[in-house]
Amino acid sequence: MAKVVIDREKCKGCELCTLVCPQNILVMSKSFNKKSYHPVEQINPEKCTGCAFCAMTCPDVAIEVYK
Amino acid sequence: MNKVFSRPKSLVDIPFTYCPGCHHGIIHRLIAEVLDEFNIREDTIGIAPVGCSVFAYLFFDCDMICAAHGRAPATATGIKRAKPDNIVFSYQGDGDLASIGTAEIIHAANRGEKITVIFVNNAIYGMTGGQMAPTTLEGQITQTSPYGRDSKTMGMPIRMCELLSTLNTPSYISRVALTKPSYIIKAKKAIKKAFQFQIDGKGFSLVEVLSTCPTNWGLSPQEANEWLDKNMIPYYPLGEFKNSEEVS
Amino acid sequence: MAEKVLMKGNEAIGEAAIHAGCRYYFGYPITPQSELTAYMAKRLLKIEGAAFIQAESEIAAINMVYGTAATGGRVMTSSSSPGISLKQEGISYIACAELPCLVVNMQRGGPGLGSIQPAQQDYFQATKGGGHGDYHLIVLAPSSVQELVDLTIKAFDLADKYRNPAMVLGDGLLGQMMEPVEFREKKNADLPSKEDWALGSCKGREPRKVVPFNLDPYELEKLVAKIGKKFEKMQDEVEYELINMDNPDIIIVAYGTVARVARTTIQKAKQEGINIGLIRPITLYPFPYKIINQYADKVKHILVSEMSLGQMLEDVKLAVEGKTKVSFYGRTGGVVISPTEILQEVKKILK
Ligand SMILES: Cc1ncc(C[n+]2csc(CCOP(=O)(O)OP(=O)(O)O)c2C)c(N)n1
Ligand code: SF4
Ligand code: SF4
Ligand code: SF4
Ligand SMILES: [Mg+2]
Repeated sequence: MAKVVIDREKCKGCELCTLVCPQNILVMSKSFNKKSYHPVEQINPEKCTGCAFCAMTCPDVAIEVYK
Repeated sequence: MNKVFSRPKSLVDIPFTYCPGCHHGIIHRLIAEVLDEFNIREDTIGIAPVGCSVFAYLFFDCDMICAAHGRAPATATGIKRAKPDNIVFSYQGDGDLASIGTAEIIHAANRGEKITVIFVNNAIYGMTGGQMAPTTLEGQITQTSPYGRDSKTMGMPIRMCELLSTLNTPSYISRVALTKPSYIIKAKKAIKKAFQFQIDGKGFSLVEVLSTCPTNWGLSPQEANEWLDKNMIPYYPLGEFKNSEEVS
Repeated sequence: MAEKVLMKGNEAIGEAAIHAGCRYYFGYPITPQSELTAYMAKRLLKIEGAAFIQAESEIAAINMVYGTAATGGRVMTSSSSPGISLKQEGISYIACAELPCLVVNMQRGGPGLGSIQPAQQDYFQATKGGGHGDYHLIVLAPSSVQELVDLTIKAFDLADKYRNPAMVLGDGLLGQMMEPVEFREKKNADLPSKEDWALGSCKGREPRKVVPFNLDPYELEKLVAKIGKKFEKMQDEVEYELINMDNPDIIIVAYGTVARVARTTIQKAKQEGINIGLIRPITLYPFPYKIINQYADKVKHILVSEMSLGQMLEDVKLAVEGKTKVSFYGRTGGVVISPTEILQEVKKILK
């Protein structure tokens, strides 16, 4: 069991995390955050392995990972 | 469940001023993690440069000072000599370190100042809107090399790690990148080593981080990472150039 | 009372700095002040915990000063005219960051590489800011080796008091001159503590930030205005010397080396029945406008004499407010004015 917590407001929608997720479970949301970025969202959270690649890659430190 | 990844304590909890996908943020986080892991935040004095990361003073939760453009190694020297028990690091861009501040970095390195320098090479002047840097690649188009950098009149991009490694005194010099998780893990190790050298009272340490500037490169963050892998890493090889602990 | 020792001006500054508790010196050799750099090397390299660095340039030196000043260390640099020009960006940063330090300028002839002879051509640069932005240095102008000592010590204290860079503005002649000096017992200057702003370990307190900029113009305006208030307060520090001011036929205004020369002129003139007064500004910033203004009412002529084309002249004119005639006699480029030249000029004016 693993879980990521994405800070929607810190996310700048750069998509870099989506590219490194081995499970391909990070996608860009259609909605906007307060800074008008499309924040990232997790789909199929049960597939998350907690590898933290996404968090490690995030330039805005918007992701926390629990395992 | 345990938190296995969270914001380092040495990083103030405010949003970065950097553009989406800009590596400055990753580099800040890695430094902050190292300050946490060594538990040296309270004893650290950081020096922010002039460049996009002039705001670094806001982001690190330790004493900070903003240096004049290029002069961070001199300011760091003044601090470390007066406060030898503090940990002193400077954070500098490539315009800052390899152009206007070339003399300061070479001489701080040559004196073996016991400071740690984090050198962010994004092959461009980010803050001023994308002019040519001394590290801009051959043929690279910037505001001031609109037809591409022409080595005949503009010289070749300067490899600072290699140049500084010709000196005897520096203790640790290495170049890293951040375009994939494996690189990021290595980058963190290098930054940690660089601080370890200082903590151990050894000499000058520097980590060059190949970094992106999606905004001024005119690329998406993903394309910028790819461009860095394809163009910068071949010219700026990754690895350790100097490690005074390893007996050769 | 301390014993008198014979010392060269440049070395006397160095010893005075050490006497004042300065333990950090960063500089780059340049004539005619290199003896000071060498003296600091000789002394500081033997003191535990002190630092002397022959920097790679004057630019590096002043930015080292900036770093040490931010930690609260008593720190100085010294140079001569072209080197001082190189330091200006750094001095402006230090002023904006409100940090104390001492900069010594033993002036030489300019502009450009100029000459290595004594001059007073950096008055504007020293007193009007020098670098970019609204700021001033506290500027002290010694005219003897003893004063090099006393004013060096005083400059450190004033810099600390106002958290502002201070400058001792001498010249090559004073630097090379040998005179007996004494290092008096240090008075307790009652200086503000640096504890509440110096960088160091942030254990038990909020981290501190030394930030010589603000991208919000309204915020920067506030900061500059706050610094401006200090300059108003500094006006209380005005210091000058009045010589032979009992009903003079003419008053000379001169500082530093030229003031020394003018003293001889006064003696020579007496023999010829001419009574010359001398106002010698000791602080060039703040400038003694008031006293000059007061005497402007009482005298028909004021003669400003400088080793320049006329820089302090502008401040004297401001002080005089058109109340009396102001003339100027100067030599420039490194030519030292002689007492006879000034006397001739006085005679011309009085004729
Ligand atoms: C003395 C001086 N010259 C020029 C500038 C303008 N300037 C500000 S940042 C910068 C270049 C920054 O580029 P770099 O060091 O590569 O940092 P980046 O923004 O790319 O991270 C320049 C030229 C300045 N602030 N001061
Ligand atoms: S922790 Fe790993 S698996 Fe989970 S979302 Fe992040 S990258 Fe994907
Ligand atoms: S890497 Fe960070 S900022 Fe970029 S999309 Fe992912 S969460 Fe958002
Ligand atoms: S301009 Fe470039 S270097 Fe500066 S914050 Fe934006 S992406 Fe980063
Ligand atoms: Mg750059």
